[in-house]
Amino acid sequence: MLQFILKRICVMLITAACLTFIVFFLTNLFPNLEKLAKNQGNIRMTDDAVISWLDKRGYSQNIFKKYGEWLGVLPSLKVVDDKGQAYSRCSRPSIPASEASDFCGLLQGNMGFSSVFKDEVSAIISKRLNLTAYLMMAVLSVMIPMALAVGVISGMREGSRTDRTLSTFSIATTATPEYVSGVIFIVIFASSKTGLSPFFAEWGWIDGRTIVKGSAASAMDNITFRNFALPVMALALYGMGYIARMTRASMAEVMTAQYIRTARLKGVKFSTIVFKHALRNALIAPFTVIMLQIPWLLTGVVIVETMFNYKGFGWSLVQAADNNDIQLLLGISVIAVFVVLVTQLISDIGYAFLNPRIRVS
Amino acid sequence: MEPLTSFNIFTNIVSQFWVVWLGIILVFLISIRTKRSTGLYGKLFDSPIGMTGFVLVLFWVLTALFADLIMTHNPLDQVSGMKNKVPGTPLRGATENDYQWYLLGGDHLARDVFSRVIAGSRIVLKIAPLATLFAFMVGITLGLPAGYFGKKIDTTLSFLANLILAFPVILLFYLLVTPEIIETGLPKYLAGVMFLIPILFMLLLWQSRFHIRPKVRNKFMLWTLLVGGWIYLGAAFNADPLVIIRNLFYGPEVEWSLFPKGLVYMQPNILIVFVSVVFVNSPTVFRIVRGMTMDIQTRDYVAAAQTRGETPWYIMLWEILPNARGPLIVDFCLRIGYTIILLGTLGFFGLGLESESPDWGTTINSGRKLLSIYTHPALPPALSLMSLVLGLNLLADGLREQSLKD
Repeated sequence: MLQFILKRICVMLITAACLTFIVFFLTNLFPNLEKLAKNQGNIRMTDDAVISWLDKRGYSQNIFKKYGEWLGVLPSLKVVDDKGQAYSRCSRPSIPASEASDFCGLLQGNMGFSSVFKDEVSAIISKRLNLTAYLMMAVLSVMIPMALAVGVISGMREGSRTDRTLSTFSIATTATPEYVSGVIFIVIFASSKTGLSPFFAEWGWIDGRTIVKGSAASAMDNITFRNFALPVMALALYGMGYIARMTRASMAEVMTAQYIRTARLKGVKFSTIVFKHALRNALIAPFTVIMLQIPWLLTGVVIVETMFNYKGFGWSLVQAADNNDIQLLLGISVIAVFVVLVTQLISDIGYAFLNPRIRVS
Repeated sequence: MEPLTSFNIFTNIVSQFWVVWLGIILVFLISIRTKRSTGLYGKLFDSPIGMTGFVLVLFWVLTALFADLIMTHNPLDQVSGMKNKVPGTPLRGATENDYQWYLLGGDHLARDVFSRVIAGSRIVLKIAPLATLFAFMVGITLGLPAGYFGKKIDTTLSFLANLILAFPVILLFYLLVTPEIIETGLPKYLAGVMFLIPILFMLLLWQSRFHIRPKVRNKFMLWTLLVGGWIYLGAAFNADPLVIIRNLFYGPEVEWSLFPKGLVYMQPNILIVFVSVVFVNSPTVFRIVRGMTMDIQTRDYVAAAQTRGETPWYIMLWEILPNARGPLIVDFCLRIGYTIILLGTLGFFGLGLESESPDWGTTINSGRKLLSIYTHPALPPALSLMSLVLGLNLLADGLREQSLKD
């Protein structure tokens, strides 16, 4: 078991190194750097000025060397120009280049300095990630119970009318990406002109003009049902269908097993069979799926946070990419890749751990 | 002119789609009449879920085909005074020949929402199935040897596939689909490699089957190289042979009315969208094909072919692949749906496609900004996208159910 885990972790680290290098390469392509130089320096810079701007800050070095500096395994380049002005990528507004340390990379816990937000990337990410954590927690606590319930109920009597209805429902949810369900939800619940809100307001059932809010901006300070319901529902709905279908398949398979038939013939109550005998075995497969669904939610988080103006991790990704904030985009990518790889690792190990039929080593 | 009532809007829209209804009825009449002789396709008409899915998909396919007949206005035309107007508003300053209303209202730039949705279906149905097909070709060409030979090929290819799969999709889009990347020419090289694989696939197909009959093989190969090569040059490098020959003889300044940009032409921004969608989809297809190859490899007919002394590629392409078709067809339907969702995501973030493009993602994106006040511009594309993807998912479900019955 230990060997298996170690091997998986090794593969994970190699993958992480490859992926971060690809991201590094793509963000450090010359047109991006040129844009950065013009944004930071002067829009009407000449080509020569751009080159010298990039030279001074170490951007025109070999890509592997730059990657090494960014990782923190190579010392960062320090340049002193003819006017005696020193430049280093480790310098900050408060720390001049002459006093900056030689190593300032990922391994030193230094993710760089955001050119748009004018702040340490690590500080921005921890703040934004915190906001997204609330969203994720809310989504998972709605999505998982709902998906498991739908899956178990439809899987326990395969082919019944309930099964068909619920299966069609879960197919429908997988056909509704967040940007579609978000629009539909806003039209129904958060518009003062259409949907249910005008009726509810007329009958005096709600205080405001709409049932819930179409923006989650106020949820950053204070989460309420009114400002958080729609983003959570939009995310949970799309992710739910797949888990429900997997649970259903797994449950249906377990229900045809010999030991369930024996229990039924013994005259055990149906509810006891489902809860005591079938459920535990049926939930092994969905566990993996749920873990693998988390990186999937990442795309959804970006969509939902943009749509509902919730300034979390996904929102910062969009901001970083749109404004060519290379350091922030790199930092966000590292976190995103890390989340994907760790959930894959947990799902692999967890599956081997939970399923007694799999013996590793 | 009076504004239309809700009922009139509904009847006008229904009658605008007459050609689609006619098409659906015709296809159904013929299909049900011949359903005993059309194999899996015919069996689809025994399953209500599959049939529902088929109707939805057929509806959008026909809509995309006959979009010119259905559209009431030009999807890019802006008519003054029609900004954010509600559905059924009469057209300001309409002449005799114009359609008199904006059936689903006007958007924030005073364009007709209804026509934009119809025009959008054309863009979506042009890109999504083709991109999925390419992803399948790439996935199959790499997945078969990985599953069949195993060992180092498998380890390398699987590692690469897992690498792409571990990339969050949205991040990949934000890194790959930017004007800066198009400037570096990276999409061209990616397309150059990726579009080569289908040609390679076809060549392998002919070589493995007909290598003992060189005449037949050469004929097939020649046609593949000619047609495939033409499309390859046009699509990946924007170097359609027709244009090159014309430029040689007449110089580049002569304007041509017939095929001004050659037979095959892809806008650079569409190309990058296409490439990135293929890039995201092919590792998953690779994994499926690899898994199935490993499974089918142990069957007796594969052993028989090996004993006969068939080449590995013959066994892979003509023994294993046809026997894996059932699950692949089902996954193909599902994957088109997923590709449509991905295209919508790209449009939603304004990546790749032009900001005035009528595709559904872009339309949703431009409509969402005023969503709480004007709901009509964003809702129709959202519902269209959902119904098409739902149709594809139901179709896949019906196909799966029917293919399992054998």
